Amino acid sequence: MSLQVDGLTVYYSTLRGDVQALEDATFTLDDGEIMGLAGESGCGKTTLGHSLVRLAPPMRHVAGRAVLNGEELPLADMDRMNAFRFEQVSIIPQYAMNALNPTRKIGRLTADLVEARHVNYKSILPELKRRLDLVKLPQDVLNMYPIELSGGMKQRMVMVISTLLNPALLVADEITSALDVASQKAVAAMLVEFRNQACCNSVMIITHDISILYQIADSILVMYAGQLAEKAPTTTIISAPRHPYTQMLISSLPEIGVKATEKRLAGIPGTPPLLLDPPKGCRFRERCPFAFDTCIEAPPFREVAPGHHVACWWEFEQHA
Amino acid sequence: MLKLDGVSKVYRTGTFGGKLLRAVDNVSFDVADGEVLALIGESGSGKTTLGKMILRLAGIDGGTITFDGTDITTYRGRALKEYYRRVQGVFQDPFSSYNPIFKADRVFRLVREEFFPGMGGEAWADKVHAALHSVGLNPEHVLSKFPHQLSGGQLQRFLIARALLLDTRVLVADEIISMLDASTRIDVLNLLADLRDKGLSILFITHDLSLAYYISDRVVILQRGQVVEMGATERVFKNPLHNYTRMLLGCVPRIDAKWSNVQLPEIAGQPPDGAGEPAILIEAEGEHFVAAAG
Repeated sequence: MSLQVDGLTVYYSTLRGDVQALEDATFTLDDGEIMGLAGESGCGKTTLGHSLVRLAPPMRHVAGRAVLNGEELPLADMDRMNAFRFEQVSIIPQYAMNALNPTRKIGRLTADLVEARHVNYKSILPELKRRLDLVKLPQDVLNMYPIELSGGMKQRMVMVISTLLNPALLVADEITSALDVASQKAVAAMLVEFRNQACCNSVMIITHDISILYQIADSILVMYAGQLAEKAPTTTIISAPRHPYTQMLISSLPEIGVKATEKRLAGIPGTPPLLLDPPKGCRFRERCPFAFDTCIEAPPFREVAPGHHVACWWEFEQHA
Repeated sequence: MLKLDGVSKVYRTGTFGGKLLRAVDNVSFDVADGEVLALIGESGSGKTTLGKMILRLAGIDGGTITFDGTDITTYRGRALKEYYRRVQGVFQDPFSSYNPIFKADRVFRLVREEFFPGMGGEAWADKVHAALHSVGLNPEHVLSKFPHQLSGGQLQRFLIARALLLDTRVLVADEIISMLDASTRIDVLNLLADLRDKGLSILFITHDLSLAYYISDRVVILQRGQVVEMGATERVFKNPLHNYTRMLLGCVPRIDAKWSNVQLPEIAGQPPDGAGEPAILIEAEGEHFVAAAG
């Protein structure tokens, strides 16, 4: 069991009160599992990913814990967490293209980073070069400045740096969204290759693009307005989703083969609730076509089939 | 109606502008009435530059763009204003298209001052309400709000409504849904399909092939500023003839099939080199053109 997250609740402190961005998240991530985190903007997927790596103000740890390989992560303690970052938990940030220091050559920058972790740059250099080959970057990028690299190259460079110390958990935040189809596919395939070569153990991919997740993820966790909605193996989520939100999200995806003149796809009417003062109970209630009285209470995230968790009263009724 | 003939754009790059970069190279196509034409290409393929040239936001370095038979570069003063009455654009990022210190509906007021100075207050309000309804917005919910109080989908529809206030016949839509969420992006797409049914021509610029397939009647595939394939959407998608089109189609993430082991040709992400051979388009089947080099 690689990562166990139990009842993790994270709020953002603002002048107008707490934004309840992540509420009672409980799930496990197996060894070597690639889990996709999907949902609309503002559903808390980035909050969940970041809270496992760097829970900095205005984020505030309210409740819950995370255990990585039998060791509890001190999420709320910025200083103690430092011992875990980069070596145990690592992140590829959302704007990876802007994550490189523009005034430093890439080799120099990498040396600074690993030496801050008391790892000798010379001793890790052969491994670094092997990984550059893996992502098809020439070895002389180490003597270049970030400005000399294209967006896709920078993205791959940040991937290599983030995983250099073989973290047990890698959080990849929207790494494909700024790239075009060809680079998108290359970067996604490389992430799988990194997992296969044990450059990182378990991976959490945050993205709003479910079709990318179908290609590379082992399981998908769908979030809505700060709550977990559904988690299941990828094929189950795509072919037999049980939460109404997941169903509507999947059916709204345009695909090659569907034309507006022949078949109109429908979006999800309404907008997600504000998390400053979220509605009690199931937060999807107001947009849900199946909502009924019980939905006033928050549904538990219950295992309805092996490896398939859903939080929806309507679904519990259907299969009661 | 809108016709591009051998259009080129050259940018100067390098320290003292010593290098030339052909961003758009000898591109010809036309947009018919009530047609959605999708312009597909990767970053650096020149698709946005083409949109800007049509909107006269970038100069044309070769070839001509004609609208109803008139060269658009000849428009000056009043004639240019008349052109903008008919050809309008909406861009990628709805969040940066607004001035955050003014209310969002100021974009409508600017249109009124510029194009309808004589119109009465009530008639104008009716016109704005009609435009908002046609993009599926409730005027009571969205007028007199600041940009940060509206969602991305609402802001983007606001901009489309603004374009519709005029007698718009051609809408240049540059990546207008890539910043939107999956649940709202389909609504904006359906809106475009409805507007097309009412006779609006749309130049739909995108890198997302599944969106292009959903909405467009014809597609133009651009690579490094050149057209490599062009034709009716179904024909091009079902029977791609150029290697580049095949590569693009092989990379699209789908939810009905896993990526097959398509080898990526080493052409992805390379900027135009400026010394490319002029591509010759050959008609392969009815109205389906492909560049000869492929």
